[in-house]
Amino acid sequence: MNTVSRWFGRNLLRVYAVVAFTYLFIPVAYTFVFSFNDSGKSNLIWKGFTWANWQNPCGAPEVCTALGNSIKIGLLATTFATILGTMIAFAIARHRYKGRSTTNLLIFLPMATPEIVLGASLLSLFLVFQINPGFWPTVIAHVLFCMSFVVVTVKARIASLDPRLEQAAMDLYANERETFRRVTLPLVAPGIAAAALLAFSLSFDDFIITNFNSGTMTTFPKFIYTSAARGIPAQANVIGSAMFFLALAIVIIGQFVSRKRKVS
Amino acid sequence: MRKLSTPYLLLIPGMGFLFTFFLLPLLNLAQTSTQTPVGGGDTGEYEQSWRFANYLDAFLENKEQFGRSFLYALLATVLALAIAYPLAYTIAFKGGRFKNVLLVLVIAPFFTSFLLRTIAWKQILGEEGPVVPTLRSLHIISESTTLTSSAFAVVMGLTYNFLPFMTLPLYASIDRIDPRTLEASGDLYANGFTTFRRVTLPLSMPGVVAGTLLTFIPAAGDYVNAAILGSPQTKMLGNVIESRYFKIVDYPTAAALSFTLMAAILILVTVYVRKAGTEELV
Repeated sequence: MNTVSRWFGRNLLRVYAVVAFTYLFIPVAYTFVFSFNDSGKSNLIWKGFTWANWQNPCGAPEVCTALGNSIKIGLLATTFATILGTMIAFAIARHRYKGRSTTNLLIFLPMATPEIVLGASLLSLFLVFQINPGFWPTVIAHVLFCMSFVVVTVKARIASLDPRLEQAAMDLYANERETFRRVTLPLVAPGIAAAALLAFSLSFDDFIITNFNSGTMTTFPKFIYTSAARGIPAQANVIGSAMFFLALAIVIIGQFVSRKRKVS
Repeated sequence: MRKLSTPYLLLIPGMGFLFTFFLLPLLNLAQTSTQTPVGGGDTGEYEQSWRFANYLDAFLENKEQFGRSFLYALLATVLALAIAYPLAYTIAFKGGRFKNVLLVLVIAPFFTSFLLRTIAWKQILGEEGPVVPTLRSLHIISESTTLTSSAFAVVMGLTYNFLPFMTLPLYASIDRIDPRTLEASGDLYANGFTTFRRVTLPLSMPGVVAGTLLTFIPAAGDYVNAAILGSPQTKMLGNVIESRYFKIVDYPTAAALSFTLMAAILILVTVYVRKAGTEELV
């Protein structure tokens, strides 16, 4: 009896996981299917299969301008946030200094602030200094909310390092700089890469803060939001689906590479 | 030798950034929240008059939306926890060598823009989608009942959109549990439920706290789900702040509401973290 119920319990969880993943992927599948819709202007009702949207993803007006802006902002924001955040993570994880709890608090606060408050307060600052909302204000806003996530991710990685590896390097007469460059940094690198990937996806998908600070410039999420009323072109579904497969491919290749490295 | 100044050199750029673009804007927002319209001026012109009653006015005018924001965010957080906990548990304990793949699958929907996914839900649950006709023919819902433009749809959208934020921290702390502690509990004649309640759950508390915070905070300030899946009767505080800013150009009220929202969230978070008893926040 006990083994039967245990067997059932185990499989119940597996069945549950399948249901939960289905729930997560229903809208993704919907978006993908409707990227093949021969829809014309508004992509609401299934009208027939076509390759045309995938052959011409920039076919809808502005969609590729918006995508280009999102990618540029994402790359810039990721770069700045990763550099600033990694420096802070090293300071917090590796040093004892006065004001440590203050810095911890200052890192936590942006994460505990709703996006709408971050967006609104930044916009009012830009308005006071008569800076027009647009490309660079948006980049600054994105660095702001990505940085804390970078700090947390990299800090966790540094904390999980085995201190004996660095001690071994020192024992082998490496000085502090060499130890950092040849031991510490390579070990922390996967954490930094994960943080950068997280920052880029947060930035790329952001709508609320962007909406406040971008002025008339469009980004991909903003394009979707503003065209929702008059119908989203199927090209947006193409780009959304392509991003999904691209990201999946990058992650799978990354896994493969790190596993190979571990073996050799 | 490690220099005393090293941490400060590492901190200055990032902290300088946070000071300029996080603290300064908040101070400025605090100032804006006490402004009043210039008598006889254009719309959108305000002067500093330190009118703190703005807060009371803003709150009383929007207390329904306030209540709704916190209620919806709370419901979405509880639902997300209920959905994500067994999922994270399954991945951690039954995932085997597919653990990493399953984790990637949890984050993967992120990469299709969350707006596209929310609009997809609107379509799926809408009049032309497959769900409503099916439920009607089964007489589960009446002919006049709709699923979209309702509180149900907004809470469902919030739950769905923040589910990965709940699952990842839960997984991280459940995965750290040594399976031998669970075996030990079984050896001491605890049944499955007791083991869960007395061993698994307490050990996964840091994940529960982090996950609920990462869900509740953005959900309480969200306005996108309410705008896409809701109706005028399901407006949340975020919708009010957004329209005060962009449509009505009433900066002081928007600022006062933003501040009240932030303060309410910070107070709740502090009380919650104290109660939950975890010092390490993230």
